[in-house]
Amino acid sequence: MPAAVPDLLFRTLADPTRRAIFEQLCRQGEQTVRALTEEAGVSQPAVSKHLGVLETAGLVRGRRAGRETHYRAQPRALAPLIDWMGLYATFWRERFDRLESLLKRMDQ
Amino acid sequence: MTQAASATANTRSVVVEREFPYPPEKLWRALTQNALIEEWLMHNDFRPVVGNRFQLRAPPSPHWNGVTDCEVLVVEPPKRLVYSWNATGDEVATGPKTVVTFTLTPTKAGTQLRMEQSGFGPQHENNYRGAGFGWQRFFTALEGVVANLN
Repeated sequence: MPAAVPDLLFRTLADPTRRAIFEQLCRQGEQTVRALTEEAGVSQPAVSKHLGVLETAGLVRGRRAGRETHYRAQPRALAPLIDWMGLYATFWRERFDRLESLLKRMDQ
Repeated sequence: MTQAASATANTRSVVVEREFPYPPEKLWRALTQNALIEEWLMHNDFRPVVGNRFQLRAPPSPHWNGVTDCEVLVVEPPKRLVYSWNATGDEVATGPKTVVTFTLTPTKAGTQLRMEQSGFGPQHENNYRGAGFGWQRFFTALEGVVANLN
């Protein structure tokens, strides 16, 4: 897997609005741009732009039907991130660092 | 120190282990006294009593109220401490419903502390937000998603 893949996924999902759109698609299944715009709290062109970025990253796929495009989440595209991150272990490792420093201070 | 994300039948665990150059009794204090817990983990109203319901509080973020609901399940000083670790607020339905187990094992040099957080499961499929602990939480959710892909 090229290193660029996680980079692109990270960058794509770093935007909270974009992440919310992706989340909604995961939760609700296929949605039109119009339906997504109602939820997103930003303009339809902005939603379309976010969808384009998500699609480039492989996180969503669009399907044209008449005048509307329907989008569907592709959660499988997240897989590279899972290998890349220490997940919750990162949180606990950091807390263990704090614990270590606390124990040192308790000595004094 | 070792760490791992392991998978069981339908849920996943995170394990973090580290050896500390102190006796188990000292670690036990750090794991069970409010002021000490706050220093390394989070603000809390923990009491080392089985059945005690307490909360861990982190600063709120836009998608998370910062509160984790917990219940003490096992207290065996100075060997084992177990509590549930559940999301609250908007995340009740989709956030982690997990169990945290601390195991303290005396070693020549001090104490081996093992933390296992288990129960990350299919309910996290919808939890994609980078709320709470930020990316860590976000990726916990993602792990649940990917774990359930065939």
